[in-house]
Amino acid sequence: MNEVVITQPLEVVLRAVGVLAAFLVLPLLVGQTEHKVMAHMQGRLGPMYAGGFHGWAQLVADGVKFVQKEDITPAAADRSVFRFAPAVALVPYLVALAVIPLSPSVVAAPTNASAVFVLAATAVGILGTLMAGWASANKYSLLGAMRSAAQLLAYELPLVLAVASVCLAAGTLSLRVIALDWQPWWLLWQLPGAIVFLVAAVAELQRPPFDMPVADSEIVFGPYTEYTGLRFAFFLLSEYAGIVVMSLLFAVLYLGGWQGPWGEQVGWIWTLLKGFAVAVLIIWLRVAWPRLREDQLQRLAWLVLVPMALAQLAVTAVGVVMFE
Amino acid sequence: MSPYVVIAAVVVVGLLLFVAAMGARAVLAPRAPTHAKLTTYESGVDPVGVDWAQTQVRYFVYAFLYVIFAVDAVYLFPWALVVRNAHLGAVSLVEIAVFVGVLLVGLVHAGRRGLLRWL
Repeated sequence: MNEVVITQPLEVVLRAVGVLAAFLVLPLLVGQTEHKVMAHMQGRLGPMYAGGFHGWAQLVADGVKFVQKEDITPAAADRSVFRFAPAVALVPYLVALAVIPLSPSVVAAPTNASAVFVLAATAVGILGTLMAGWASANKYSLLGAMRSAAQLLAYELPLVLAVASVCLAAGTLSLRVIALDWQPWWLLWQLPGAIVFLVAAVAELQRPPFDMPVADSEIVFGPYTEYTGLRFAFFLLSEYAGIVVMSLLFAVLYLGGWQGPWGEQVGWIWTLLKGFAVAVLIIWLRVAWPRLREDQLQRLAWLVLVPMALAQLAVTAVGVVMFE
Repeated sequence: MSPYVVIAAVVVVGLLLFVAAMGARAVLAPRAPTHAKLTTYESGVDPVGVDWAQTQVRYFVYAFLYVIFAVDAVYLFPWALVVRNAHLGAVSLVEIAVFVGVLLVGLVHAGRRGLLRWL
């Protein structure tokens, strides 16, 4: 498999625009899937009118609505931080998407240490939430931001440890090489790590059942309480972009990415399909489980996931040293 | 050309997306601020007290633990690259086990002291 080499300045622009196109399409697909899957799981139909066929254009219509809504910055807010926070939440997921390979050749930015880079980029997005919570000068927002900070501290760790275990198994920090080295029996070997990664990723995205920071019955909408219109929509978009990034990452790290029948030719379709399946699982978790309480959240992270991730690390390390 | 040039371009494109969207909003959205609209939202009643409220920061122990373990995790990544080296393999495994083990003892201690409870 050839390394991707970039030579032309124009190619840089095309690649960046390609990432943007994927970034604007994939989260909407996941969002629409959530509308429909959640509705059918709850015995409803979901959106049916916008666009005609089963409400396919619902999220486009939502976007058109959001852009026409008044943008309110509360008088008490820290104005510039408040207004810039949605961009800080959104752009890191765009950057993370750029380094995730869909196949050995279909990747926008073929970096060497992409596994570490993705973790670093997604961790920056969290700052957007904290900026929003603090700058709103609202008590609900502040409480939500506190909960966010604690939750993200707790779950970043198992996430990083789980990824470290896969890097150890493949002996590389490159997502591309990890997926090339992947063997079907890794499904079993890396299973505890995969579970830790999935749970931590859902918590990292603050999706139910880990949505304590935005618990609507307690603190309205947490850090995003004061947001309206397009800025609010950007936070929602970053949540769905986060699902896309985490799902694709799961597919590449644990499910072999582009490996499958005719993987040589249509590998990128396999990666997208596997990622989509993980996204549906994340949606399913939202429908199936009630919200965890804050102390339960912390106990799960520190007393279950961190030890489990460390145990996985030990299993991986012993496996690598003994059998290779 | 380094792939990081593409990443820089992606950051620029992302910021342009934000600016363009805000530009579209400035053109399309109405603007009619009133005193009530700009007031801090507190479930419909007048805000109590000043803007930023005091609250007890409960997670500082978690923050300490996180910093310790995050530094630990950073050292695991370079180890992943050398563990297959025949000269280092088994020895580095033992060393990392000691390294992580010390931290694990710390985590167990924090748990037993009841520091990992939110309340």
